[in-house]
Amino acid sequence: MQASIELDRRADVQYLLRIADTGLILAQRLGEWCGHAPALEEDIAMTNMALDLVGQARALLTRAGQIEGRAHDEDQLAFLRDERDYFNATLVELPRGDFAFSVLRNAMVATLLKLLWEKLESSSDAEVAAIAAKAIKEARYHQQHAADWVVRLGDGTDESRSRMEAALAQLWRYVPELFAADAIDEEARASGLGPAWSELREAWFAEMGSVLEEATLAMPAESAFMSTGKRGVHSEHMGYILAEMQHLQRAYPGGVW
Amino acid sequence: MSALHMPIVDEARVAHAWQVLDTVLDPEVPALSVCDLGIVREVLPRAQGLEIVLTPTYSGCPATEVIERSVLEAIDAAGLGPARVTLRRAPAWTTDWISAEGKRKLRDYGIAPPGAAALPGAAVPIRLVRRQAAAPVACPHCGSAHTERLSAFGSTACKSLYRCLDCREPFEHFKPL
Repeated sequence: MQASIELDRRADVQYLLRIADTGLILAQRLGEWCGHAPALEEDIAMTNMALDLVGQARALLTRAGQIEGRAHDEDQLAFLRDERDYFNATLVELPRGDFAFSVLRNAMVATLLKLLWEKLESSSDAEVAAIAAKAIKEARYHQQHAADWVVRLGDGTDESRSRMEAALAQLWRYVPELFAADAIDEEARASGLGPAWSELREAWFAEMGSVLEEATLAMPAESAFMSTGKRGVHSEHMGYILAEMQHLQRAYPGGVW
Repeated sequence: MSALHMPIVDEARVAHAWQVLDTVLDPEVPALSVCDLGIVREVLPRAQGLEIVLTPTYSGCPATEVIERSVLEAIDAAGLGPARVTLRRAPAWTTDWISAEGKRKLRDYGIAPPGAAALPGAAVPIRLVRRQAAAPVACPHCGSAHTERLSAFGSTACKSLYRCLDCREPFEHFKPL
């Protein structure tokens, strides 16, 4: 079996991996909808968005590997890290749930990523800025699509509304983690690599608030629970999704097609 | 290639390369060449051979790698090798770089061409009323603006699905980006 790589957990690498992994793991979850979405159009939408997210993650993983300086390429970083070396926000690793759960999560993550890419366009790292200038256009489209669905289901039938309310109650517990300040963020902010996620908090709540209002859904109170995926300490679901993502590279080292 | 082949000056080589590139088709929208699509940014004569600078369309577009290969094969086949392809992300590709000729070819192929993309840096508010569409998309078959969107996403990352409410034909729209 292929052994794990030894990651240099320096702050700038962790900062980029938080964004890359949030996209990578959400893409894996969106891929689970392939062949299962309630309509063909949405099947295509979920997988199209997954493709964009994988593309963004590949570019960021490549850049993180260059900065790390241990000759790790995008594939090694995607497939050969141990669980504690993934730094995605916890909410993207939660099982895909029903369609309401998935589109609400998409809206939350697309809003976050859109705000991040906007700031990253002026990153001190030219490559990161270039990746952001491309990704921002994709994130806007994802956000629009997901927000449409949140409104349609929230302000929909009794059934769709109750599904959306359940999704909201479950997902909102993972919001505090997104904007918790820490040393990794502080270092990125100080060096100009990118914003502290805490700086995006106000804009994120304003945009999500307008979507929920249009969907006639009440924004839940902020949870006291603090998840910790961004620090590498994940929920019980992470091991399973990594097993699925990694088994091929682990069992057949360097396999390509 | 003949061993007696005369060395040609860089300028002619570059011009020839552009002509060859104009025959390399996008594998997913084979009505367009990579030049029509606006992804060939530069062709540079380097000491080691030609350098062809491409700007990818979508971050995850699976056609990018195929295009790189097709470009090198076409350049080789024309006897212009060795060449290499480099990717340049900045400035980001926009559908505004699709040539007028490219937009015409798209329409003839049955794909509604993109309108003007939002200006870089411009704030793009979320539209929360579904039917409040942006500019109408004209049907590539009958020209009617009386059309509706069926799906925001389509068979490839760059397209969405529409149908014409007059001639009743479904069609794809190249999304402005």
